Amino acid sequence: MADSTSLLYATLLVPVAWLAIGLLGLVRGRSVLWVGRILFPLGTLAGLTLGFTALAGLGAPTESLTLPLGLAQFAFHIRLDALAWFFLLLIGFTSAGIGVFSAGYFRAGEGTAPGLLCLQYHVFLASMAVVVMADDAYLFLVAWETMALSSYFLVTTQHRLPEIRRAGFIYLLIAHLGAIGILLCFGVMQGGNWQFTFEAMRAAQLTPVWASAAFFLALFGFGAKAGLVPLHVWLPEAHPAAPSPVSALMSGVMLEIAIYGVLRVTFDLLHVQLWWWGLVTLGLGLFTALFGVVFAAVQTDMKRLLAYSSIENIGIIFLGVGLTVIFHAFHMPLLAALALAATLYHCLNHAFSKSLLFLSTGSVLHATRERSLGKLGGLIHRMPWVAWLALVGTLAIAGLPPLNGFVSEWLLLQAFLFTPDLPHSYVNMLLPMGAAALALVAALAAYVMVKFYGVIFLGQPRESSLREAQDCGRLERIGLLWLAAGCVLLGIFPVPLLALLNNVSRGLLGASLGTQLQHWWLLAPIAPERAAYSPAVFLLSTVVLVAAVVLGVRRFYHGRVRKAAPWGCGFPLLTPRMQDTAEGFGQPIRQIFEPFFRMQRALPSPFDTSPHYRVQVEDHFWYALYAPIAGLVRRISSLAGAVQQGRISVYLLYSFLTLVALLAFAL
Amino acid sequence: MNIVTLITQLTEVILAVVAAPLLMGWVNQCRAWLQNRRGPGVLQPYRQIRKLFHKDAVIAAQASPLFRLVPYVQFASMCLAAAIIPSLWTGLPFAVAADTIALVGLFATARVFLALAAMDIGTAFGSMGARREMLVGFLAEPALLMVFFTASLISHSTSLPTIVETLAQGRLAIYPSLAFAGVAFLMVLLAENARIPVDNPATHLELTMIHEATVLEYSARHLALIEWSVALKLFNYTCIGLALFFPWGLATGAHSLRDLLLAIPITGLKLLVAGFGLALIESLNAKMRIFRAPEFLASAFLLAVLGLLVHLLLGS
Repeated sequence: MADSTSLLYATLLVPVAWLAIGLLGLVRGRSVLWVGRILFPLGTLAGLTLGFTALAGLGAPTESLTLPLGLAQFAFHIRLDALAWFFLLLIGFTSAGIGVFSAGYFRAGEGTAPGLLCLQYHVFLASMAVVVMADDAYLFLVAWETMALSSYFLVTTQHRLPEIRRAGFIYLLIAHLGAIGILLCFGVMQGGNWQFTFEAMRAAQLTPVWASAAFFLALFGFGAKAGLVPLHVWLPEAHPAAPSPVSALMSGVMLEIAIYGVLRVTFDLLHVQLWWWGLVTLGLGLFTALFGVVFAAVQTDMKRLLAYSSIENIGIIFLGVGLTVIFHAFHMPLLAALALAATLYHCLNHAFSKSLLFLSTGSVLHATRERSLGKLGGLIHRMPWVAWLALVGTLAIAGLPPLNGFVSEWLLLQAFLFTPDLPHSYVNMLLPMGAAALALVAALAAYVMVKFYGVIFLGQPRESSLREAQDCGRLERIGLLWLAAGCVLLGIFPVPLLALLNNVSRGLLGASLGTQLQHWWLLAPIAPERAAYSPAVFLLSTVVLVAAVVLGVRRFYHGRVRKAAPWGCGFPLLTPRMQDTAEGFGQPIRQIFEPFFRMQRALPSPFDTSPHYRVQVEDHFWYALYAPIAGLVRRISSLAGAVQQGRISVYLLYSFLTLVALLAFAL
Repeated sequence: MNIVTLITQLTEVILAVVAAPLLMGWVNQCRAWLQNRRGPGVLQPYRQIRKLFHKDAVIAAQASPLFRLVPYVQFASMCLAAAIIPSLWTGLPFAVAADTIALVGLFATARVFLALAAMDIGTAFGSMGARREMLVGFLAEPALLMVFFTASLISHSTSLPTIVETLAQGRLAIYPSLAFAGVAFLMVLLAENARIPVDNPATHLELTMIHEATVLEYSARHLALIEWSVALKLFNYTCIGLALFFPWGLATGAHSLRDLLLAIPITGLKLLVAGFGLALIESLNAKMRIFRAPEFLASAFLLAVLGLLVHLLLGS
């Protein structure tokens, strides 16, 4: 294995390579062949390099470097510890799948020219990598803002449509609210000595009050990027607006980078962690998860549905962060390591499976030009590749064994089972209730995913044009296949990866699951008699059993099959429009969780000859939180507008008064 | 893992697979008796399955390969579940591969596949059945998980055989938390196995179907496998209930051959009683409207959570 310094340099080259590839895109900006067949595959190679370097780096010692770049006072610092390596691995491997897919996906004549898109895309990738590498607040924020801006331009690829410009604006607004939070957080953490390197922040001794302020500013700032309720409003707007590979990148990678920020600030930069931070984070995470999954169940646009599902997963991840903080604050190192492992594992799972699903919606979109669930259906016949690979992602997000989503949920539930051991009389009783809520969320996620998959890919085509849909091209297949393989492998071989994650938890918490991971096939994080799960055996026995049953039935009975029309219950006129729609499938959820929604219904009277049924489901937060704030801002700006008289004498008067005031202040 | 434990494991699964239709037949026979009918006899499910296997499969023209795969997945997952559940003895080497959480996940996987198969044909009743099946599932699944959590907190393990061993060897004290969990489990059992009052397994009216609507399109060998796995599911759930709440008589710890052989008639007897109880419940209740089912299941969930809370408050 290469020594860690050369790993560091290899890693540094990747963002540089991405930037160069992006700039090369401008050379022949109109050529889809140049951008799609040469530059995007090159970017994918860089991503793969990053992934494998990070895989090697996870076990290597921490390396740091000061770059001869930046301002005089603020040179750029780079530092790669296990946490950074882990997220670089996530960026590298996920972006590799998305990059290959994009190579076949982007076509001419869709908004931004391919060359410019290539630049934005690769700048976005490079900035995410730099965020993770940064070791001072200055570089971190520069990269963070580059990330926000490049993704803004990617979201508004179709900038000629007003609703897409609006979605981009909301995204940019929330991103900058978050950035203010992060800026203030760094301001608090420098602790009065005005040193903005992370090194100085680690050394700063904050009082609990200031530490709490820093933590909650970070939670606000990074939560805005991740989509923590109530800062989630940009997700369901921006994801449908963006091209599918961009949605995949934003949902699968960028949201996880925000989680990186929270982990970095909480466990690395702050020297103290208070248990009630964990409780607040856990509560917010639970609410976010429930909110996301319930809204996902009633969506009728496939990408909006996935956006809400991302909110749900982010909620689960924050739940894990909260649990880690609680265990860590109560000095239960093994359990903190368990919760952290579950959190990180869920990040990786979400990156793979959500990117996979977003990319498959992209293929569906290209094949059908349709995003509304009410007009899809039956695509498994026309698009078998996309359908079967999307099935893997669907089952993974639904958290079903033996795929990856189940592993992290299993770990998280195991961690919850230990909360009664906490030495705090109320918390230890309150927290197992969180497990109940998590179980509910996981079960609802299965409901949502059956809806997503069933309505798009199964059943009969709801529109006649769907019968001409084409399966995706070869490059797109490779991308989907890569991500689906990731979902399966992460599901079946969790132990080797968890062993690598031990380096992260050793660095952050000073504890690891090290001794518990002896057998590669048996996941027993605490002790085998306490809890064990072996996905490899599980999958193997399922496959063997299915094969045995198939062979057994073949061997002993005839295999005669007749094709016929489906059973119409005696009703002669069955049309595809009689299938359950997305609205219909979401109806029970809409009824059960009614207080979550702001609903407007228009029901026709029974005597209406041309009946129209309309239901609009909206978010309470828009009207209860954002609309009043927007109103307030408008009022303040109109007050400020009264000052602007437009006459030069008035402005001269202002300058004069300011001067007088300043003189009075100085004297 | 030595050869003896492997044999006991295999015997356990094979016995479960073979005996499952018998339990179904027994429940149906008891129902018939309770309703003053003669009933078709306890062997009727076997005859049914045999008949179905000999028929020609009729498949809807627009079915995808997923549709034909699902019956096999159903059957295999129920066999796998039977390998984890200590219906006769607790020395199950396979149980290390999947604990109670994975068991709940396994049931969920089976349900998701069934719902997907139901949506595959694209008829109104299939997709309605899928929706209802998932509706029942998303409330029953967390309730089941909470029941297991209560038991896990008592025994400090999520492995089902270990839980059962702790509960069986523990003093004969009654855990108050398990009383709540027991009621919740019973409600989950009724809902998950599509029994009255949530669903009616004997219904012929498509509008009121839940489970039956999802398998409306299956015929012949596919239907036989589905029916068999439904019977196996009922058998599995009943065995979980017996093992958690009435664990006496199971062969635990170091097995002697006598223990192992003795466990078979004891479990058989318990299943007979449980089957009769199930038939009694079904005869005494009426099926409720589908819109009431969420309330029924939500109360199951709350009861299970209450059981958990009682355990935490009382420490037992």
